[in-house]
Amino acid sequence: MNHSISLTVNGARRDFVLDDPRVTLLDLLRERLHLTGTKKGCDRGQCGACTILVDGKRINSCLALAISHDGADILTIEGVARGDQLHPVQAAFIAHDGFQCGFCTPGQIMSAIGMMREGQAGNDPERVRECMSGNLCRCGAYAGIVDAVLEAQAGMDETNQRRSA
Amino acid sequence: MKQFDYVRPGTIAEAVAAAARPGAVYLAAGTNLLDLMKGGVSRPDRLVDVTHLDGLDGIETLADGSLRIGALVGNADLAHDAEFARSYPAVTEALLSGASAQLRNAATVGGNLLQRTRCAYFYDTASRCNKREAGSGCDARDGENRSHAVLGWSESCIATHPSDFCVPLVALDAVVEIEGRSGRREIALDELHRLPGDAPERESALEPGDLIVAVRLPPAARGFAAHARYLKVRERTSYAFAVVSAAAALRIENGRIAEARLALGGVAAKPWRARAAEDVLRNVVPTADAFQEAAWRALEGAKPSGDNAFKIELARRIVVRALLLAAAGTPARMPALPASPFASTSGAIHA
Amino acid sequence: MPELNLTSAPAHLRHGSNIGQPLTRRDGILKVKGQATYAADNHPPGMLFAVMAVSSIAHGRVVSLDVAAAKRHPGVVDVMTPDHKPQLAIDPDIKTNPFVFRMEVLQSNEVRYANQPIAVVIAETLEGATEGAALLAPRYEVLPALVGLDAGESYVPPVVGVGNPAEHHHGDVEAGLASAERQIEAVYETPPQYHNAMEPHAIVASWDGDNLSVDMPTQGLMLSLARIAELFGVTHDKIHIRSPFLGGGFGSKGLMAGPPTLGIMAAKLVGRPVKLVLRREQMYGPVGHRAPTRQRLRLGTDGEGRLTALDHHARTVSSIFDDFYEPAADASHTLYAAPAIRTSHDAVRVNTGTPLFMRAPGEATGSIALESAIDEMASACGMDPLAFRLKNYAEVEPMTGRPFSSKALRACYEQGAARFGWAKRPVQPRQMRDDAGLLVGWGMGTATFPALMFQAEARAAIRRDGSGVMEIGAHDMGQGAWTALAQIAADAVGLDIDRVEFKAGTSDLPDAGIAGGSAHTATAGAAIHSAGAAVIAELADLATNDERSPLFGAGNAGVIAREGRLIRRDDESRSESYAEILARAGVAEIEARGTGAPNPAAMEQYAMHAHGAVFAEAKVDPELGQVRVTRMVGAFAAGRIVNPRLVQSQLFGGMIWGLSFALHEEAVTDRRSGRIMNANLGEYHIPVNADVPPLDVITVEEHDPHVNALGIKGVGEIGITGSAGAVANAVWHATGVRVRRFPIRIEELLTQR
Ligand SMILES: Cc1cc2nc3c(=O)[nH]c(=O)nc-3n(C[C@H](O)[C@H](O)[C@H](O)COP(=O)(O)OP(=O)(O)OC[C@H]3O[C@@H](n4cnc5c(N)ncnc54)[C@H](O)[C@@H]3O)c2cc1C
Ligand code: SF4
Ligand code: FES
Ligand code: FES
Repeated sequence: MNHSISLTVNGARRDFVLDDPRVTLLDLLRERLHLTGTKKGCDRGQCGACTILVDGKRINSCLALAISHDGADILTIEGVARGDQLHPVQAAFIAHDGFQCGFCTPGQIMSAIGMMREGQAGNDPERVRECMSGNLCRCGAYAGIVDAVLEAQAGMDETNQRRSA
Repeated sequence: MKQFDYVRPGTIAEAVAAAARPGAVYLAAGTNLLDLMKGGVSRPDRLVDVTHLDGLDGIETLADGSLRIGALVGNADLAHDAEFARSYPAVTEALLSGASAQLRNAATVGGNLLQRTRCAYFYDTASRCNKREAGSGCDARDGENRSHAVLGWSESCIATHPSDFCVPLVALDAVVEIEGRSGRREIALDELHRLPGDAPERESALEPGDLIVAVRLPPAARGFAAHARYLKVRERTSYAFAVVSAAAALRIENGRIAEARLALGGVAAKPWRARAAEDVLRNVVPTADAFQEAAWRALEGAKPSGDNAFKIELARRIVVRALLLAAAGTPARMPALPASPFASTSGAIHA
Repeated sequence: MPELNLTSAPAHLRHGSNIGQPLTRRDGILKVKGQATYAADNHPPGMLFAVMAVSSIAHGRVVSLDVAAAKRHPGVVDVMTPDHKPQLAIDPDIKTNPFVFRMEVLQSNEVRYANQPIAVVIAETLEGATEGAALLAPRYEVLPALVGLDAGESYVPPVVGVGNPAEHHHGDVEAGLASAERQIEAVYETPPQYHNAMEPHAIVASWDGDNLSVDMPTQGLMLSLARIAELFGVTHDKIHIRSPFLGGGFGSKGLMAGPPTLGIMAAKLVGRPVKLVLRREQMYGPVGHRAPTRQRLRLGTDGEGRLTALDHHARTVSSIFDDFYEPAADASHTLYAAPAIRTSHDAVRVNTGTPLFMRAPGEATGSIALESAIDEMASACGMDPLAFRLKNYAEVEPMTGRPFSSKALRACYEQGAARFGWAKRPVQPRQMRDDAGLLVGWGMGTATFPALMFQAEARAAIRRDGSGVMEIGAHDMGQGAWTALAQIAADAVGLDIDRVEFKAGTSDLPDAGIAGGSAHTATAGAAIHSAGAAVIAELADLATNDERSPLFGAGNAGVIAREGRLIRRDDESRSESYAEILARAGVAEIEARGTGAPNPAAMEQYAMHAHGAVFAEAKVDPELGQVRVTRMVGAFAAGRIVNPRLVQSQLFGGMIWGLSFALHEEAVTDRRSGRIMNANLGEYHIPVNADVPPLDVITVEEHDPHVNALGIKGVGEIGITGSAGAVANAVWHATGVRVRRFPIRIEELLTQR
């Protein structure tokens, strides 16, 4: 049975006919839309490599059926930078060497952006570690990841302060 | 993953009708169901997607002071609700100690209650498992079973229920509202999950088609807000299931425990309410000795189901600690590492 | 493949020399934007999806597969089985050289371990292929599985690791032990561990007639190419492998394994491009692992705490069909100055995939046992563990008596201890608590890893416009080859890094050797260095032999290359740009090749190792037994540091692996079936962010004129060694409970209140 669904992916509305309800958001992005920035590390919700934002919230796209997310607004790593202008989290990951092989990185960055929106960690490194624990990094880039997130968070706090001043 | 029909009902009644058919299951966020389907553990013919149903995602206070949480409320949305955290801090702490931020964002209240065991032999379709396939045997019984049950198990199944959320809920006498083929009914959460007995394949009191629509916390549950904690021992600091956990909630009046609530996680096929322990704490002064006594009571009848005798002693110690923490008072702010023994690490070290 | 567009973030600073600068990763922008293409990100037109079906038994035979059911599933195009597959040119069980391991590519119905590939389903969609594989519902004839370190008759393997003798000794160990004032004997166990790179093994393969195009992560482009060529009977020039980025390797992507071979076979079978990606659980079998060990250490000391003897025996396992032996006991060869040392190995065969190199193979496994035993011995002597190690400091390599090419370990001990505050450590365990009542312990371990060199080749060129090219089939698996090797390349040709086109990661480039043994930067770097020197020498010849050049007559030795110019050494005002030299000579491009290789004479004469000292603080809940590492300091001396930023990351990563070794990682095998019960990332625990404390790395300056032309020792693996023991020793110091089975589990710490 075919199902018509529509999604907004990185700002653009996309309508599809899905010939198979088994397709996850992750496999839809990677294998059908060829947005391969989002990675598959486990396919079982155990690593966080597939983290994307759905309606502004970070989730594991490997455990989400595309068909169930009809109408959703999706942000992937491909939609984070504005052209050459990196998102502050992206820039901070480079500056703090928050990755080595880079395979977990799109998930880490999407998770960090989602975490900052949740506002649950603030500038407390211990909270950042806890709130970023859904993203495994086998290379062990955690120190750089925490530093990068804290720096991006500080930058955001500053911007917000300036705005409200 | 097996092929299935995907059904998106427009109303609760349609959902119940669609799900009552053999081979049909409800799909909420899918963080447990899809995992099981990918592993071939669950091979449903039909998925009834409830996530688009209206009216199941609210958190409301009822006239009598109960709190009603819709079955589709996200685990994270509930945990991040400030009013909820003030009233039921142990529930918030339990929620925040479960899974990862991503999973909590997706997971629903109803799905969390009905998540299946993490028994490795249940997951391994080449193993014999009475829960997966009634009557096939239980390979965990003589297998790698250090994480298995020490309470309420039977020879036919030694699995545990993995939910953190359910542990404080059961301590607080939560009630589950169910819509079924014969209309609406409600049962105590304590009665939702069944002990295995000789039919471990029957995990809950739900009948085909039964839809959990809400979980309700009775008015009395708020009375414990000042002294309520959840404590979870695990093998990683975060993103790991409980080895053993406990929720402790006390109502302290004039220096004495007016009422105690205690439940354990990771020890049985259901969140384990320890009523005998609660009884010995009634009207006593909160002391370590009293808590030790309660811990012995809580684990009465516990026996190892394999290489897991340590869990009995660990459970006793967790009970004591959780009660001590609860007695000390709910912290003003959620600890940086919710429910962790390392929740309040401080710098200073003494010789 | 999309053009690689490598840049460093504009923020980086650069003064003169590139080597030694903390440049940010040149592939950083690609990686943070999700634009770095890993193998599984490729999708050539017409591509099909292949999914392996793997065995659920560990030993026996596949009796039947329901191929018809799989084929009936929508989208399934074909099912590859032992009866239906393209023929290989050689038997995959023939070992054509020591770096060839036997693989399962459907050559028979035999099952030798759980998770062995037994069929491949090829379909139009991933969903179809995945379910098709499930529908095969294999039936088996089951044989008893050999499981565990006591599975059967033990034997002494002919060699351990890569060509090391299984036994070594110097001095009389029994006499040394007999004469000792104090003795300890302890048995340690380490579990099977799986590399679990974040990127699952993947391949996209397409055939065009005899030509084969492959996207596949590999740590050894040329080894893989050679193996593919022999398996498929095609010549090297017909094969093109692209591996620009690896999502981690850690040893599991070094040698051609069965699964990618199956991907190539599947593409051949269906005549279309095929993508085959391993599911996470399928990585627990056909792509290598770290074998379990049981290690017995016996140590003796005299009255002053000087070692009189060190005996280290390791039992390990190999598969029932091939040989690789974790050289765990060899960790005792180099660190402590015992007058008598004996190391030995034996093994049993079990039904697993063949073990393989996994980050610090032997060194890591041996290190946690040795460093624990040293800690136990120090404690038996009533000595501080650092003082004990200093007392037994090896001035020459103990096993061989050779001098070290360089060894700044003393400085590592000093600087690491000072940074950590080690001096305040009470000798007795269970003496420290924090404000919250948690037990606190401090432990240390010595780190060491050999400074190896393999063989590599590079091609350098200078172009008419004065820019440079450096080509080498090097591999970036996260260690930062795109950056560090480009830095070496820039210096080698005397150009700004942005003026050198650095090409790597494909099989049409000169052989860079294998990215392993922590030797890639040194080996590839040496090749780059020599290629650069050679091309500059040619350029210098052009200039200094040409009367029209301001450099005329300066002679080769008389010019230096800097910032795109050759400059007279004796008169810096006389110089000429590369572009001018080439333009005048009317040459479009000049090129030269260079090689990197070990220096046998130096190796004969010197013991070559990197060293380090790791200090760890662990907190343990006194009643509940949960452990958390709260601080780690590592001081490492590893020769020349090409890029401090990347080196720090490598060392951090290694230290986290050490922590993981001590506290987390273990594949749990069902002793009846031989199946791994936690073949996933949920229950096979690797540290999460919250497990990793603030880390501190000190790189101690070390100049080594002997190891290689650049003085590089390598930092990829050393971080695990020392760290694992430091964490284990910290747990002992916190609790007073000595756990000798790793990873340390909660139940072991509940024994005491
Ligand atoms: C890697 C990982 C780690 C995890 N760690 C933890 C942890 O530490 N602690 C913890 O508590 N949990 C943990 N979880 C489990 C997680 O909490 C559950 O997967 C989640 O709560 C399930 O919610 P869902 O909405 O996704 O349910 P689904 O997966 O959609 O459904 C789960 C089950 O409930 C049924 N169902 C769902 N909603 C209803 C309803 N309204 N009425 C009737 N039936 C319904 C479904 O049919 C299905 O059988 C972890 C999960 C993963 C993948
Ligand atoms: S313990 Fe229960 S769930 Fe686990 S294998 Fe046995 S029957 Fe199945
Ligand atoms: S791929 Fe989704 S969590 Fe690992
Ligand atoms: S950077 Fe390699 S897994 Fe995180």
